[in-house]
Amino acid sequence: MSLELLNTLEVILNGLMTGVMYSLVALGFVLIFKASGVFNYAQGVMCLFAALTLVGFQTGQIPFAHLINVIFGTEYHHWSSDITGGMNSFLAIVLTVIVMIGFAYIVERFLLRHLVNQAPIILFMATIGLAFFMEGFGDLMWGANIKPLDLGIPSGGSFWWEEVTRTWATADSKYIGMYIDVLDVWAAVIAVLLVIVLTLFSQFTKTGRALRAVADDHQAALTVGISLRTIWVIVWSIAGIVALVAGIMWGSKSGVQFSLSLIALKALPVLILGGFTSIPGAIVGGLIIGVGEKLFEFWIGPMVGGATENWFAYVLALFFLMFRPQGLYGEKIIERV
Amino acid sequence: MNSKLIAIIAAIVIVVGALYVFLSKEKEQAIVIDPDAELVFPSLSYRTGPYAPNGIPFADGYADYFTLLNERDGGIGGVPIKLIECETGYNTEKGVECYESTKGEGALVYQPLSTGITYQLIPKATADDIPVHSMGYGRTSAANGKIFSHIFNYPGTYWDAASIIIKYIKGQEGGDLNGKNIALVYHNSAYGKEPIRTLEELAKKHGYELTLLAVDHPGQEQKSQWLQIRRDQPDYVLMWGWGVMNQVAIQEAANIRYPMDRFIGVWWSASENDVLPAGDGADGYKAIAFHGVGDGFEVYDDLRKYVVDTGKAAGDGSNLGTVLYNRGMYAAVLAAEAARTAQVMHGVAGITSGQMRDGMEALKIDQARMAELGLANFGPEINVTCENHGGPGLGAIQQWDASSKSWSLITGFTGADREVVDALIMEDSAAYAAENNISERDCG
Repeated sequence: MSLELLNTLEVILNGLMTGVMYSLVALGFVLIFKASGVFNYAQGVMCLFAALTLVGFQTGQIPFAHLINVIFGTEYHHWSSDITGGMNSFLAIVLTVIVMIGFAYIVERFLLRHLVNQAPIILFMATIGLAFFMEGFGDLMWGANIKPLDLGIPSGGSFWWEEVTRTWATADSKYIGMYIDVLDVWAAVIAVLLVIVLTLFSQFTKTGRALRAVADDHQAALTVGISLRTIWVIVWSIAGIVALVAGIMWGSKSGVQFSLSLIALKALPVLILGGFTSIPGAIVGGLIIGVGEKLFEFWIGPMVGGATENWFAYVLALFFLMFRPQGLYGEKIIERV
Repeated sequence: MNSKLIAIIAAIVIVVGALYVFLSKEKEQAIVIDPDAELVFPSLSYRTGPYAPNGIPFADGYADYFTLLNERDGGIGGVPIKLIECETGYNTEKGVECYESTKGEGALVYQPLSTGITYQLIPKATADDIPVHSMGYGRTSAANGKIFSHIFNYPGTYWDAASIIIKYIKGQEGGDLNGKNIALVYHNSAYGKEPIRTLEELAKKHGYELTLLAVDHPGQEQKSQWLQIRRDQPDYVLMWGWGVMNQVAIQEAANIRYPMDRFIGVWWSASENDVLPAGDGADGYKAIAFHGVGDGFEVYDDLRKYVVDTGKAAGDGSNLGTVLYNRGMYAAVLAAEAARTAQVMHGVAGITSGQMRDGMEALKIDQARMAELGLANFGPEINVTCENHGGPGLGAIQQWDASSKSWSLITGFTGADREVVDALIMEDSAAYAAENNISERDCG
């Protein structure tokens, strides 16, 4: 194969991997929108909060340590005298899941419950408020410093893949092999597992069927005795767990820090393209955005000064909107007057 | 020469010397102290948002040094210091709001800690007769004091940094950069674009090829840029980044196994925050610095004794000695020394912002004074003049050791290519003056 072709294949492959990372964030948005019609602006901050909580448990940090120290004049920061003496990663993940479920309950109890039957824009505004609150709360609880996250997931370029692909080039070329980040491969595997679990859950469990019923028609679901409030807690809990997964994968790359909340910006074009109500749409949309922006940057970027990915993702999504306003997999809503 | 003449000259020297000492003492004694006076230093900080991990240690260092002066010395020249902190969130609009809301409090000097905010404050602060100290950031051509009367960017500018890094690389390459390929990974903003012109000029001079790789804010996704670096294998990669962009870039460089000792960042891509998330992968990463590293300086003994141990520190004390804490503290040291200079110049302890500007323009700190401040060899000597607001423009190279989790300076402080940098400063400042109808000051 020619070098140009191999380089293009490398860009496509890495675009797919990046797309999976975008999809992980987009999934959380889809789950909540599908079940409640709420566009959850706080999804990015939920990723941040979940990752902060995980690292906090993992490193043995005392929540609200700064506040406690200011009030009581103490100097406590970690519950162990050894700064690395937190809990093991599995236990930390389990506890973080519990925290995210608790968070879902609090959101339902103190926010959503009071906004039943309000217009979608009111609920959207409420999630904006929730995002700012959570960001400040996370800061107060765990501090604003950058926290390295290490769950033992391998990362870095794959030597094996480099060796395999090196043989694809013509013998006299100096091709160094194709690059793929092992962490991205893990993210792809986890995303596939997540989609399988979510699909099985919604198709084959009683709660899953209830979730689908609520997603299809709130009123009809209420008439057959499905508790909307319980469903909201479940959906926000699942979205919280998905946020944790996304937070782990993104946090492993850059450390857990407050700019993690901005990854939501990367999920928006995915949602526009894939549709707000489809789990497969979030995955396919992510892959298209990932490959599209990487190929554009590779071919056109050098001609226009680079840094095209942020805006090109939105242009690509808008282009799709012109032909399918509901997104690739979204439901076509026809409102009769 | 006969002995009579020698005796007369000696007598004159002694008399003039004695008079000088006497008058100097008189001048110091003549400083008027108003018991109600305060020296107000606003701190445009960012303790929240995506850039907080960098904003916090800087703000802590800035605040703690002023607290030290209050606690140990009773302020500067007997006048207590009042620090007003205002949260900008690294947002230009909020930064301007902070400026407007604090300038009426008697603000002496602004340290915006943001190139974007600095650009907005240049005309405002000049009109309000309040100096701005954009230390190692902001508009590089503000180093021309004849055009930018109220803007100071000592002890060094972005263009100095770019030039010093190229000089260092040239030294590493045996004095020849012909045919070498150097890539710049930069934040796609006014800040990130600052070094491009200098690097282009230096490329013409030294014969290297420059590749520009822009990264959009915030910089969480840089796969395209690093795939290109992997394909092109440039001899060196330079970075002009801030916030999460730095951490991701260093991680991506480690992932593609780019040799870290050939990856060099500007001083804003040079903190512990930037390298720690990449773990061992960051080992050997280099960056330019305009001040020393670590806490092995005497001033830290006083900071611990008077500030941290008495519970008066801005943070929990864990940041002491980190790169950005040191930088914040150094900014406060330079501000305090300028205020001290202004007090002596004008004979008043409770100086105004205009007098502070004069103090900044006459600031001279030699190594003896640095030693008195407990900062022996912490940074180069400072000599600001009416013409030169950029200071000495010196920088050293620091390198990260992942095993000990510490930086160390691996070179001494060295100067920029003044021929190239000064010409660019003159050109850019002249363009600014023409755009804004500003005539050059006479620096006599």
